[in-house]
Amino acid sequence: MPTFVYMTRCDGCGHCVDICPSDIMHIDTTYRRAYNIEPNMCWECYSCVKACPQNAIDVRGYADFAPLGHSVRVDRDEEKGVIAWRIKFRNGEKDLNLLAPITTKPWGKFIPHLKDVPAPSSEQRDSQLLYNEPKYIRMDDGGLHTLETNGLTLQKGVQY
Amino acid sequence: MFASNPFADLAMTIPLNVIQGYVILMAILVVGGTVVDMIHKKSAKYFFAKAKAAEASRTRELGAGDKIGIAVSTVVVDVATSGEFCNPKRRISHLFTMYGFILFILTTVALVFAYPTHEAPAIVSQLWHLGAAMVMFGGYWFWFFIRVDVAAEGVPWYRIVKADMFILSLLGTTTFGLVWAILQAKGVAVWTTVFLALFIVVATVLFAGVMWSKFAHMFFKPAAAFNKRVIKADGSRENLPEPVDLSDPALQKRFPDIPEYMGKNPPNMGLGIKREAPSHY
Repeated sequence: MPTFVYMTRCDGCGHCVDICPSDIMHIDTTYRRAYNIEPNMCWECYSCVKACPQNAIDVRGYADFAPLGHSVRVDRDEEKGVIAWRIKFRNGEKDLNLLAPITTKPWGKFIPHLKDVPAPSSEQRDSQLLYNEPKYIRMDDGGLHTLETNGLTLQKGVQY
Repeated sequence: MFASNPFADLAMTIPLNVIQGYVILMAILVVGGTVVDMIHKKSAKYFFAKAKAAEASRTRELGAGDKIGIAVSTVVVDVATSGEFCNPKRRISHLFTMYGFILFILTTVALVFAYPTHEAPAIVSQLWHLGAAMVMFGGYWFWFFIRVDVAAEGVPWYRIVKADMFILSLLGTTTFGLVWAILQAKGVAVWTTVFLALFIVVATVLFAGVMWSKFAHMFFKPAAAFNKRVIKADGSRENLPEPVDLSDPALQKRFPDIPEYMGKNPPNMGLGIKREAPSHY
């Protein structure tokens, strides 16, 4: 679902140009407003949609996502630490509101100081485990955790 | 030098009614250009069609009092202090350029029509020079450093595209105008004529090129800013999600991820992406 810009809302600040990993958000040479130069090459990461301070960038959903003519809008509130999506169908009746956390701690205050971490030993270097892997998969805490060890069973089919 | 009326000296070589006729012609070209621009781009038609389409999404009707309040805040915040810009440098640069240009235009009209003699009040002439200098300060700052093409796109300052027509003709008008006035006051005859010619050519491009430049933004931007406030007040919000209160128990019940990962009363998380200016091209 590639993105597009409402040029009347855009103030040409350049945040989307700066953040686009595909480098396809550019500034129009006639109106100095942002636009998606190649929607086919859009990775659909929505970084531009989330970064736009003017909410001027929108998503053009595919027909299998919602019937054409719908609106997909996002409001990423950094200070509250949440992202809200609203999908409104063209009949105006089906109106989905979604909300999810995007951070659990204040931004930029809990960046790991990796340069202060001791260098890996030769044994760690030769190991197949990645950095901090035993810790993150809780190998130190009762070995490998599986569904069975946690008393869970795999359910067949798609579960919602 | 800055206290003398540059148009009084000019009136000794070019008849005053020709100078006044030129200023009137430029004003007509701006009005005409804006109207033709609106018809050609169908901007007004699109604007009202969009407002009509948003009616169905309204959650409350706005009364005349609400609309007057919105109009006042649009004028005070968005128009008078360029509140729309999220980049503070750009906002300051725009304020210099905007007020400088207003001052330049008003004092030009005053010096050409009300005081076309050497006895013009010194303050009016000084404000004419100050207006030009303000436009140049804000405009050159914008052109070399703030402009998104340079700041975020990484293109060199000397690449010129159609979008630059307005800012370049504006900077040309004030720069050549100011240089012409200074040279004329110093009595450098040949260069005075050269810079007068440049001043007239660039000013004509500025005022006659409304259809192709973004000169008309000074008319449609306030309308767009007003509409932006209206959609927030009437609840239509251009289909954007509603603002939320994360500590509201009803919201936490509906979205259990919020209290589970962020706690019952989530703190202010500060700025993330917006901590840094967009300059990582």
